[in-house]
Amino acid sequence: MISEWVVSILLLFGGTFILIGSLGLLKLPDFFMRLHGPTKATTLGMASMLIAAMVYFANSKTGLSVKEILITIFLLITAPISGYMLIKSAIHHKLKPKEGTKGLDNIEDD
Amino acid sequence: MRLQARFRWLPTPFRSLFLFIVWLLLNNSVSVGHIVLATFFAIFIPILSFSFRDPQPLILKPGLALKQFVIVLYDIIVANLQVALLIVGPSKKLRPAFIKVPLDLTHDMPITILASSVSLTPGTVSAEVYPIPESLAEGEEMTQRYLLIHVLDLDDEAELIKHIKKRYEAPLKEIFQC
Repeated sequence: MISEWVVSILLLFGGTFILIGSLGLLKLPDFFMRLHGPTKATTLGMASMLIAAMVYFANSKTGLSVKEILITIFLLITAPISGYMLIKSAIHHKLKPKEGTKGLDNIEDD
Repeated sequence: MRLQARFRWLPTPFRSLFLFIVWLLLNNSVSVGHIVLATFFAIFIPILSFSFRDPQPLILKPGLALKQFVIVLYDIIVANLQVALLIVGPSKKLRPAFIKVPLDLTHDMPITILASSVSLTPGTVSAEVYPIPESLAEGEEMTQRYLLIHVLDLDDEAELIKHIKKRYEAPLKEIFQC
């Protein structure tokens, strides 16, 4: 019973964050700002969904499964790297940031 | 800072530990057979792959590293709440900016960890590390390095730089003793 509550809350929490992350992708004005959604919101959303899966299977016949921890670790390691690759290539292609972005002179030419 | 591990046959102790745990997690079991196999992989994979890699500073303060991991984990949760609020709120109010953080760290590995924790925490994504090695003249020494960060909503630049240096960089310097 308690585990059902925990699973539901975690799923809702994770779902909300993934939704907000995707909303950011849709709503924010330029590429650099859009990148903030997927690198953060999605990581936490996925993590809580995976924990929910772990709690659910721990209470079912299949017994405790810990592979979800592994998926979480890999996500945590790879999310910043892919974000970094995306923003690096955006700078390389000289994408225009939104009007009024400060500190543009901090970007050096390569 | 130390680049060389204490034992020759165990060049990267924490990577070995990581491999050991990952193998057991992958197989979802702690039976004797898998423990033996995991030990085998944990010892031989680092030895075989050691010569391919540039030597990086070793973790000298494992307790502190664990504490830093928990702090970053906590920050990730807070970061998500903050970024969620920023995204849902009116996007006209956001003040995006690029800022340059001077680094005290000099080695690639600690800088990578710093850049990753910056990317995962409140409203900041790391974009680039300056100077780019290819842009340096032949034989020119790498001096001061900078981390270029994109901020979603910048309030006070000096404050943010101080925060990053204190919360993420200082512990890394301590952990790697460099």
